[in-house]
Amino acid sequence: MIALRLERRMEGRGAASWLQFALPLAAVGLALLLCAGLVRLAGAPVGLAYERLLLSGLESGFALQETLVKTAPLVLTGLAVAVAFRARFWNIGAEGQLLAGAMAAGFIGQRAILPGPLLVPLMLAAAAAAGAAWALLPALLRVRLRVDDVVSSLLLNAIMLYGLMALLGGPWKDPASGYPNSAPIRPEAELPVLLGNSLHLGVPLALAAALLLAWVMARTTLGFALRATGAGAEAARYAGIRVEGSLLAAAALSGALAGLAGAGEVGGVHFLVTAEISPGYGYAGIVIATLAELSPLGVVPAALFFALVLTGAEAMARATGVPVYLAHVIQGMALLCMVSLRLFASYRLRLEWRRHG
Amino acid sequence: MADLFSGTLSGLGDLGLLDIGFLAALLRIATPLLLATLGELFAERAGVLNLGIEGTMLLGAMLGFTVGYLSGDLWLGVLAAALAGAAAGLLMALLTVGLGVSQHVAGIGLTMLATGLAFFLYRLIFGQPAVPPSVVPFAPVALPWLSEMPGVGPLFRQAALTWLALLAVPVAAWALYRTRWGLNLRTVGENPRAADAAGVGVAGLRTQALLLSGALMGVAGAYLSLAQFNAFTFGVISGRGWVCIALVVFGHWQPWRSAGAALLFAALETLQLRLQASSLLHLPYEVLLMLPFLLTIVAMALFSRNARAPAALLLPFRKEER
Repeated sequence: MIALRLERRMEGRGAASWLQFALPLAAVGLALLLCAGLVRLAGAPVGLAYERLLLSGLESGFALQETLVKTAPLVLTGLAVAVAFRARFWNIGAEGQLLAGAMAAGFIGQRAILPGPLLVPLMLAAAAAAGAAWALLPALLRVRLRVDDVVSSLLLNAIMLYGLMALLGGPWKDPASGYPNSAPIRPEAELPVLLGNSLHLGVPLALAAALLLAWVMARTTLGFALRATGAGAEAARYAGIRVEGSLLAAAALSGALAGLAGAGEVGGVHFLVTAEISPGYGYAGIVIATLAELSPLGVVPAALFFALVLTGAEAMARATGVPVYLAHVIQGMALLCMVSLRLFASYRLRLEWRRHG
Repeated sequence: MADLFSGTLSGLGDLGLLDIGFLAALLRIATPLLLATLGELFAERAGVLNLGIEGTMLLGAMLGFTVGYLSGDLWLGVLAAALAGAAAGLLMALLTVGLGVSQHVAGIGLTMLATGLAFFLYRLIFGQPAVPPSVVPFAPVALPWLSEMPGVGPLFRQAALTWLALLAVPVAAWALYRTRWGLNLRTVGENPRAADAAGVGVAGLRTQALLLSGALMGVAGAYLSLAQFNAFTFGVISGRGWVCIALVVFGHWQPWRSAGAALLFAALETLQLRLQASSLLHLPYEVLLMLPFLLTIVAMALFSRNARAPAALLLPFRKEER
């Protein structure tokens, strides 16, 4: 009989480098194709809906600014997840770490009486530290107590969100506002606007973070230790790498990046802390990092794509009546398509003739 | 000493912890936890961590509500939720059993996809109503004789799904430990290689476990929208699925112990609701909402070290690779 057989490609060979570009594109294309059924279900023409979804974020200077401003937190959470996953620290908690960073940034931004050039760096550092601390928690739980990091980092998102809501409803509540918001940060704490009326310092900083992380991962001892830990704990240990230490380092780095995303939202977009500061940027980071095959530079185009989708979903809903939540569906679908396609790419499909005995 | 003891008791009495209403509320709150925990347990005993639980429950809640609302037949809604859950389980099986994708990533992706779908379809069908549509919830089913007993009667008047959830525990224990199917399922989760050598279809059993797992999760979601809240809201699950993952860990992957953990958890949740309503404790309600997650992490920290998960959990199985 003829049998189809999956056969693992040799590591390093076979998995051609063009696949690194082709796979994410194919995954996104497949996700859009599958989601076209939902657009039809909503009774809208697929062409128009997708045109609005993918292009409206590019069509004017204003829309482009909005897209880039949304790209910044997505790049940072994408990097946060990429660096963690690279070391096999399964950080699903970027959302909570982002909130931790937002809280720290808001706290410093309201209270520290400093000139802008000192205040902004202090605010960013505090946010990075808060995010790192919140990410170290599940890493320590895993290293010391063997608690599954996926579940603990996920639960910590809920804990951070409710903690933030409790603060915003009580001690941090702005008495001048009817909503559960914090008071605004001081004007000196606002990230400078570089271009137009909304493109703030956080956008180039996020891109710089991607470059920096790419360099760290490729060229430094720390990067080597993280990659070796991810490639196999036993071998890494044999090579003299402290596996637990690298795991904690990956967690700290990951949380710091997610925390910076929160600081960017507080300092560059909202200028105060609310519980709605992130429309799921932390979870989107998982999809983005996966599409980027955990490469820091690959995170940038993937983040840009989802920023386009997030910006465009509103325009699509206005123009065609397709619910904005199509963006959520596309995210989940793209993640599943990507991991499935990657698996196919790491295998060769072989037809073989087998005589059944 | 005696004074202290009676003082505590009367304090608890003020909270109504000893009355039948508390126990009845506990059973109501435990119902979705029991169903989803058993669902997760079946999947994990077969070797697949189903992190699609949160999204599967939400999809079940949404479709169950929609079908129940539009058809006027709540049981049709429950059936739709079970089918939708099973479909989600099938997708999880295709990804993790068929393709061998990382169970973590597949589960998170499934939750994202199912959550997005539930939001999308709800908005498509109901728009953005000022007042969310609601159903008349399931009428309680009174157990004959027991519900007539003075004092404890109310405990025995519960929604049919609550009785089903309670009944599901011994059935699950029986299926896992007393049937050939259960033995095979456990072997597949412990040592798929041996199961395969003995002629047990690993992929088939894991798929069956995931179908069952998804169906139970879907029904758990439908209970929330059809019996507990009588409406669908985007936050209807609010992390209950993740809690169930931890309940399976505390329950050491055993049905009775996991059900015990679910009941204990429901007791804490009921206590939390009472505390919220009483003036005994002045805590922001967000802190009380946070408690289940905090307790879950603390309990995982205490128990994970000694807990013995199914040996093949998280490991894909491929016949060809030996």
